[in-house]
Amino acid sequence: MSLDRRQFLVDGTMFILLTGAATRAWPFIEQGRPQDAPGYDTASHWWAMFIDVEKCIGCGRCVDACKVENDVPPEPYYFRTWVERYTIPPVDPEDATAHQLPIVDSPNGGRDGFPAEPPIEGAKSFFVPKMCNHCADSPCTQVCPVGATFQSPDGVVLVDKTYCVGCRYCVQACPYGCRFLDPRTNTADKCTLCYHRITKGLTTACCEVCPTQARVLGNLRNPDDPIHQLLREHKVHVLKPDLATGAKLYYNGLDGAVR
Amino acid sequence: MARRNLRDAEHLVRLALLFLAGALVFLGIRAYFVPAGFGELGHFRTGALQDIRDRPLHFAGRDSCGEADCHEDVAAELANDSHARVGCESCHGALAAHAADPEIAEAAAVDELDLCSRCHASNPARPASFTQQVEIEPHREESPCSECHPAHEPSS
Repeated sequence: MSLDRRQFLVDGTMFILLTGAATRAWPFIEQGRPQDAPGYDTASHWWAMFIDVEKCIGCGRCVDACKVENDVPPEPYYFRTWVERYTIPPVDPEDATAHQLPIVDSPNGGRDGFPAEPPIEGAKSFFVPKMCNHCADSPCTQVCPVGATFQSPDGVVLVDKTYCVGCRYCVQACPYGCRFLDPRTNTADKCTLCYHRITKGLTTACCEVCPTQARVLGNLRNPDDPIHQLLREHKVHVLKPDLATGAKLYYNGLDGAVR
Repeated sequence: MARRNLRDAEHLVRLALLFLAGALVFLGIRAYFVPAGFGELGHFRTGALQDIRDRPLHFAGRDSCGEADCHEDVAAELANDSHARVGCESCHGALAAHAADPEIAEAAAVDELDLCSRCHASNPARPASFTQQVEIEPHREESPCSECHPAHEPSS
């Protein structure tokens, strides 16, 4: 490798000003394509999911499929995806100013379905599937002190299990409660959006088994993807938009009570 | 003149050598601890993407079931039913191993009462647009679901 005096000074200054990692990333950034990864064409993908609350029947097949597909710890409190049942207490005309909170239950994450008896008879109730929002500006990625969690160039928030030190910062930082510490490895664990499936042309396990198509995976960088039509034809909402996380789970029919 | 300058600068040379040694130690430690491929695409190890992609599949996906000489008959039955968009593995469970080698792992028997009621037992939290809900016990009259609703054409 030939290195003239000018190049040496440029490289040396870059090394001093930037961290070592940023120095190596700089050529990609300079060419305006920081997303280029070897192999699978990440540059033409930007993953998102459309979730139709009005189609979810609370069968819990997605929760079961996720646990099986991703080898999620079997204990009933570790979930990469789960289904919540919201019950909104009706306004009491006798006490109309009373502040009432919704009742949320999710027995075993909804994996075994839900009991037919509602927490409140006659109240409005519905199911909301939850999982990682794969935020474009994810708080969990920002707080990781070692670079073990990151957003892939195609918009999936992932954890490098060989590099995670298990400090739990990300678990606390996620405003959606989508992370946990895997008790077997003591490393952070979360939904990978079935990255091992979607990069092979399959859909996620939860979308694969959903009997009502309440969940639809989509590639926003593909102009022919059906998700564009779904987003165009529905009034969608993301969870906690006030936090500006850039969440990419688009919910149709989401009640304002859902947090 | 030149010799005198060098003599005066001797302490600076020593300092520079010390600095250089420190920098080399730092670079050595850094090279040891920073994994290969770190920082190429962002603040993470590039190889992690491939590691995650290499995880094993459990669900084969519905497209692999209805191929010729496999379950084309079932696929044809299902195609005319309102359950056409329900994935095979939604009821039969994860069968990637069976799809890869039909000899080794067969689909487990399905507990149809449990399975059908997962979706069709009436529940007030289900959306009103989902009208196919029944009170399972009075409805089935003690007979298995498939007695009236064929497994792969249940709505016929």
